[in-house]
Amino acid sequence: MIEYELLKIIWWVLVGVLLIGFALTDGFDMGSMALMPFVGKTDSERRAAINTIAPHWDGNQVWFITAGGALFAAWPMVYAVAFSGMYWALLLVLFALFLRPVGFDYRSKLENTQWRNSWDWGLCIGGAVPALVFGVAFGNLFLGVPFSLDDTLRSQYTGSFFALLNPFALICGIVSLSMLCAHGGAWLMLRTDGNLHNRSAKATQIMAIVFLVCFLAAGAWLVFGNISGYSYATAVNTNAALNPLAKDVVTNANHGWLNNYATYPITMAAPIAAILGALLVIVSAAKHKAAVSFTGTSLMIVGAILTAGFALFPFLLPSSIDPTSSLTMWDAVSSHKTLGVMTVAACIFVPLILIYTSWSYYKMWGVITNKHIEENSHSLY
Amino acid sequence: MISESVVDLSRFQFAMTAMYHFLFVPLTLGLAFILAIMETTYVISGKEIYKDMTKFWGKLFGINFALGVTTGLTMEFQFGTNWAYYSHYVGDIFGAPLAIEGLMAFFLESTFIGLFFFGWDRLSKVQHLGVTWLVAIGSNMSALWILIANGWMQNPVGAAFNYETMRMELVDFGALIFNPVAQVKFVHTVSAGYVTGAIFVLAISSYYLLKKRDLPFARRSFAIAAIFGLASTLSVILLGDESGYELGDVQKTKLAAIEAEWHTEPAPAAFTLFGLPNQQEMRTDYAIKIPYVMGIIATRSTDKEVTGLRDLMKEHEVRIRNGMVAYSELEKLRTGDRSPDLLASFEKNQKDLGYGLLLKKYSPNVVDATEEHIQAATKDTIPNVAALFFSFRAMVASGFLMLLLFLFATWAVAKRNAEDKPWLLKFALFALPLPWIAAQTGWYVAEGGRQPWSIGEILPTHLSASSVSTGDVWGSIIALAAFYTVLLIIEMYLMIKFARLGPSSLHTGKYHFEKLEAKTGEAQS
Repeated sequence: MIEYELLKIIWWVLVGVLLIGFALTDGFDMGSMALMPFVGKTDSERRAAINTIAPHWDGNQVWFITAGGALFAAWPMVYAVAFSGMYWALLLVLFALFLRPVGFDYRSKLENTQWRNSWDWGLCIGGAVPALVFGVAFGNLFLGVPFSLDDTLRSQYTGSFFALLNPFALICGIVSLSMLCAHGGAWLMLRTDGNLHNRSAKATQIMAIVFLVCFLAAGAWLVFGNISGYSYATAVNTNAALNPLAKDVVTNANHGWLNNYATYPITMAAPIAAILGALLVIVSAAKHKAAVSFTGTSLMIVGAILTAGFALFPFLLPSSIDPTSSLTMWDAVSSHKTLGVMTVAACIFVPLILIYTSWSYYKMWGVITNKHIEENSHSLY
Repeated sequence: MISESVVDLSRFQFAMTAMYHFLFVPLTLGLAFILAIMETTYVISGKEIYKDMTKFWGKLFGINFALGVTTGLTMEFQFGTNWAYYSHYVGDIFGAPLAIEGLMAFFLESTFIGLFFFGWDRLSKVQHLGVTWLVAIGSNMSALWILIANGWMQNPVGAAFNYETMRMELVDFGALIFNPVAQVKFVHTVSAGYVTGAIFVLAISSYYLLKKRDLPFARRSFAIAAIFGLASTLSVILLGDESGYELGDVQKTKLAAIEAEWHTEPAPAAFTLFGLPNQQEMRTDYAIKIPYVMGIIATRSTDKEVTGLRDLMKEHEVRIRNGMVAYSELEKLRTGDRSPDLLASFEKNQKDLGYGLLLKKYSPNVVDATEEHIQAATKDTIPNVAALFFSFRAMVASGFLMLLLFLFATWAVAKRNAEDKPWLLKFALFALPLPWIAAQTGWYVAEGGRQPWSIGEILPTHLSASSVSTGDVWGSIIALAAFYTVLLIIEMYLMIKFARLGPSSLHTGKYHFEKLEAKTGEAQS
């Protein structure tokens, strides 16, 4: 069997892959729906936007569900502490996500304009709110989350929902929202034509600018602000079992979250990729180059998620009130056996998933025009 | 300590959202296979009407599926939001099937469902048929993995407690997958789903037959539903999960509670057809008994006994006392004591640790529990007998009524005279709620009957909840209830509208309302 230490690293990577997979696929679902009421002016345009993702949204959402499942299986404590602690933030995401499956399927089943308009805004909320909250949650990881563990490893959370909405976290929220909106806009550029395509190009460009500004602002805050980074005070036993209370953690107000970048300069590739991606989008969206823009937004996403992951490593959930309780990928982890079994499952199924998902996109590819919508108005969403 | 009201509210919320989720799941499971059968018939026979059937029932499938997906998300979230200590304590085992469910089943089902709806013109006939089968297989595999997880809660095999990490850890993945309780549960649950799909199609087809419209369409749908339903109902009843009741103490207690068997009776025990279980006095009033039947059903023999609740409670009391010892030993281990005697003793006693934890409700330190606390905890070890007794009977009665319906319906299909039997068509129409009654009461038996445990004999429910406030849980219950009510109204509205419209909703020009429109159009012009 593979070394425990290596398995822990594999699962840090795999959860990252699932998160990135989620942001790349469900990301354009969320982004395009968040933009839909603004870039689609007529019913046919809005339906065209919806039908670009109609065959794919459910499969894409499974990246999110599986990332959640993997979090549960690989780091059960992180799942337990984060979900119970950030109770209302998670419920807000849940309620927003409620609007999507029903919105897609039910919206065009009735002709009524009021009905369709309501669902359009529902789909917009279903895309925008989770995108925003995920960013806010990530922002709060940098600040530390107020929880502590007792000796039976039960967590007690002392924060409130509104405490999550602090300025730094909100900037991170805008980073994530604008990033997914740009991605959704680029997707609509790829798959639609006419006015809808043109408005999407405009929106993509604006969103990429917002992303770039906020991403740089959040980075500057980490460099020049007084946000404390966390690090192990003593050597880590990377082969130890779940034992979050066994370590000593120090916080370091002197831009401590940037330590990994100093130690491993190669990791700087992540923020650079995010910035270059954004610049690429800003240039190519103006020229209506859909494929290049989509490549750019994908680069932004991969870069931004890795930027956060590299900075926080090995921390997953730092505790602001009791740094020792902080959860890391070394010590908040499932047993050796479970990680082994899950690795085998992932090695078998992730490649299969990639193959048949690609096939489904290949089969459904093409530009969705208003004419196509009007001719198939009873079989499409 | 988490307050009792948080535990009760969290249980209420979980029950509410799980039962609501399970309004949609069985129909998805069953209808997916019926669609696959219809489309297979289309591909083999080449008859366009079977394609229309696949598309129309697929439309209703879609309306139902959307809410299945929506409400499934809630289930995944809640383990973390409301059952955080549970997630910590058993996540090492419980999380794996959930993650594998995503990788193996959800991706398959969800990727191909898009192609099912939108790929008709993009895929060849055989490719599309393959897609439909993959949706059906994917949804059934997801049921397999979630029931492996649930089966483990009933009969936790293949895992051991680790005092260093203060949680249960996986020891034998094979045992987890091939847990007999999980396997019988899987067969029972998916078959029940097939029955739900069959009743749904049968009832709505009967409505068209009663209204004498779209007859060829309705007749064929009726026939497929009747035959598929009969086979599935027999499977549910014959392969019902009774065989699982022999395994593990929780299942034994559940069985005794279902039968309201307070005393161990000499084998083979009598089956109580009806009665009024009285938990206070621990007896059943006005019982009507059929000799021998229960012994034979439960043990598949005439000489094995079914242990009664009073005797089970005596066993539980012993285990609670032993659990107190195990708990005090665990406390010493947690402080770093690793003396060989202590380790050996804990090894022996730890099987009762869960029973010791039952005392936490009354005495947070467990070791200083009084005699009164022990008696109260012992009383807690048996679930609500009357509720189980009646739920089980409602489930079984629904099952046999459906069997009767499918027997008549299949007979009528063979004789080709269903349309001439309005009583049968009305029976089918009014039988529509039966599979849902059976599924909801059945899940109550499974989950209510597991109490006081969230993980049988290992983790009490009252320890599993998150450390959140009563206000938080009240808030989420109210919000969820409001959301779910609105969604249900919308779903029912659409479902009824499209079911009434029938295949005319496909706009092919071939069916009742469109022909009617065309006719009146001609008359006017």
